[in-house]
Amino acid sequence: MNKFIPYTARYAVLPMENVDTDQIIPARFLKTTDKVGLGDNLFSDWRYDSNGQPKPEFLLNKPFTKGVEVLVAGTNFGCGSSREHAPWALQGFGFKAVLSTYFADIFQNNSLKNGLLPIVISPETYQLLVASDAPNPGHATLSVDLANQTVTLPDGSTMWFPIEPFAKYCVLNGVDQLGFLANADSDISAYEQTHTTRVDTVGL
Amino acid sequence: MATTPQTLFEKIWNRHQVRPETSETPAVLYIDLHLVHEVTSPQAFTELRQRGLTVRRPGQTIATMDHSTPTTPRNAQGIIPVLDTQAQAQLTQLESNCRDFGIPLFALGSENQGIVHVIGPEQGLTQPGMTIVCGDSHTSTHGAFGALAFGIGTSEVGYVLATQCLLQSRPKTMEIRINGRLSKGVGAKDIILAIIAKIGVGGGTGYVLEYTGEAIRALSMEERMTVCNMSIEGGARAGLIAPDETTFEYIKGRPRAPQGAAWDAAVADWQTLVSDEGAVYDAVVELHADEMAPMITYGTNPGMGIPITGYVPTAGDMADESARAGLAKALAYMDLEPGQSLIGKKVDVVFIGSCTNSRISDLRLAAQVMQDRKVASGVRVMVVPGSQQVKKQAEAEGLDEIFKAAGAEWREAGCSMCIAMNGDQLKPGQYAVSTSNRNFEGRQGKGGRTFLASPLTAAATAIAGAICDPREILG
Ligand code: SF4
Repeated sequence: MNKFIPYTARYAVLPMENVDTDQIIPARFLKTTDKVGLGDNLFSDWRYDSNGQPKPEFLLNKPFTKGVEVLVAGTNFGCGSSREHAPWALQGFGFKAVLSTYFADIFQNNSLKNGLLPIVISPETYQLLVASDAPNPGHATLSVDLANQTVTLPDGSTMWFPIEPFAKYCVLNGVDQLGFLANADSDISAYEQTHTTRVDTVGL
Repeated sequence: MATTPQTLFEKIWNRHQVRPETSETPAVLYIDLHLVHEVTSPQAFTELRQRGLTVRRPGQTIATMDHSTPTTPRNAQGIIPVLDTQAQAQLTQLESNCRDFGIPLFALGSENQGIVHVIGPEQGLTQPGMTIVCGDSHTSTHGAFGALAFGIGTSEVGYVLATQCLLQSRPKTMEIRINGRLSKGVGAKDIILAIIAKIGVGGGTGYVLEYTGEAIRALSMEERMTVCNMSIEGGARAGLIAPDETTFEYIKGRPRAPQGAAWDAAVADWQTLVSDEGAVYDAVVELHADEMAPMITYGTNPGMGIPITGYVPTAGDMADESARAGLAKALAYMDLEPGQSLIGKKVDVVFIGSCTNSRISDLRLAAQVMQDRKVASGVRVMVVPGSQQVKKQAEAEGLDEIFKAAGAEWREAGCSMCIAMNGDQLKPGQYAVSTSNRNFEGRQGKGGRTFLASPLTAAATAIAGAICDPREILG
């Protein structure tokens, strides 16, 4: 994971609610044993027809979404399965952040683990982003500053967004949680000494 | 001295804090049992290898093959053939990962293989008061035993393999109280579909649900698993039901259940795992079992459910513009009309299986409907047991013969058509009544259309060839 650097980017608007992880990356693409290449199949069933040809009417096939780095989507984005392939696919496509009024929580956790920022916005901000995009889709820009937890909107105004402090620390510094957990080793051992009854799967 | 009353969730949470939450960091939570399957684990093992790490507690980890495994009947040599090379690679990799890291595995062909959420309870591994995780969102199933069980992503699978711990922020609690008694033909699946229809697919986000009330107490363990299984479909990562005699009875004598004096000690402890009188939940929702009918979904998320005798909603029933757009999109995908009844709607496939409804009691219900009856012509009916053990039990009871005589397919154990990544899937445009848990676009196959329902409703539909209220058949 790389360190976070503040950026300004163009965004694409997917004005749909309850976008589930089966839409983000259908299960048949989960037969992979690594993380690469999933971006090609992001939103596969919406993006390609039954012959594998791009459907011109779908957002990510429109020329103006080429090179966008932020996705703005309807509420409850990422509901459904726990597949981390969903953030891997979004990042594989080139997205650095998703903005929605609400995220399903496993998706949110998984995204943060990979440095894909799930940014919770108010319904008003969502409306503003939709309206700013409408006249010339894919051209308006926004800026993301994680250190200050702000997004600067196309109209120049700035909004603050919440993020859990430890997740913020990890994304800012490009580190993952495993190091922190590994450092808790002595506490974990102490816990195991005092909590000794547990199941044993060995021999099953 | 009076102590503050605690919810069941708080009791389990407190027991597992290696380090409490601070303003800077989430709690370090100890994980008692980690379930692993082939689809969400390969990248985690790769990470472990790259960092030179080992699995901290192989004996608290169990692996199985279920998601990408075929459920086609065995060949003449008794082997279940895997034709998909990508799936085969995933299975081979799980095998070598388990071998290298010392993790017990129920591989394809073994007598204990099955869906990850079916095998844990079956082996007696799932016990009250535990913390249980798996790289699968339906881990909530295990909450039926009063265990805090939730789905995690692949990064977290790696963390748990390496440290047996997770960093977790404390969720809120929601009591879902189901008063009264269910009437005939209405079951656990209908309860949970009714709950999700009420709270919505995001209504439980950030909460751990605790199901309480007379109707929940009256459920068997397998029915409780059906309810907890779909907690995630309401957005909640976990669902809980306090353990009671029904729970203890179910666990007793299973392969990894405590024995002898350890059993008595365990039960004494488990009996304390209830929400105290006066414990406060962050939210409370109440429903009445007496008012419930068999439920069925009409749309493309599990919250889009109605009583089977009801009607598909119209734009006028929706709260706002985006809900109207969501309804229109769902109905276009399903090719249904607002205001229509679903009863009598012809279907192409009936799928009875998945971690929601593939246990022996589910199969008994389906068999009860299908006994001495025939599947309607032109309908493909698949009955897929949740595990090899369920399959064996069903065969001992002659259920397989009932299904086959009716014209249904009797398959090997696995996720099958619940997830359409193992060869079992709908064709574009087909309609299915399915006992699984997700009706998302394409979930059961690209272009496929899913109606979620109970095993009774699914079996009745199989016979009628069209969506059918099971109460009509049961009389
Ligand atoms: S049966 Fe379906 S929901 Fe359950 S674990 Fe398998 S794929 Fe997931």
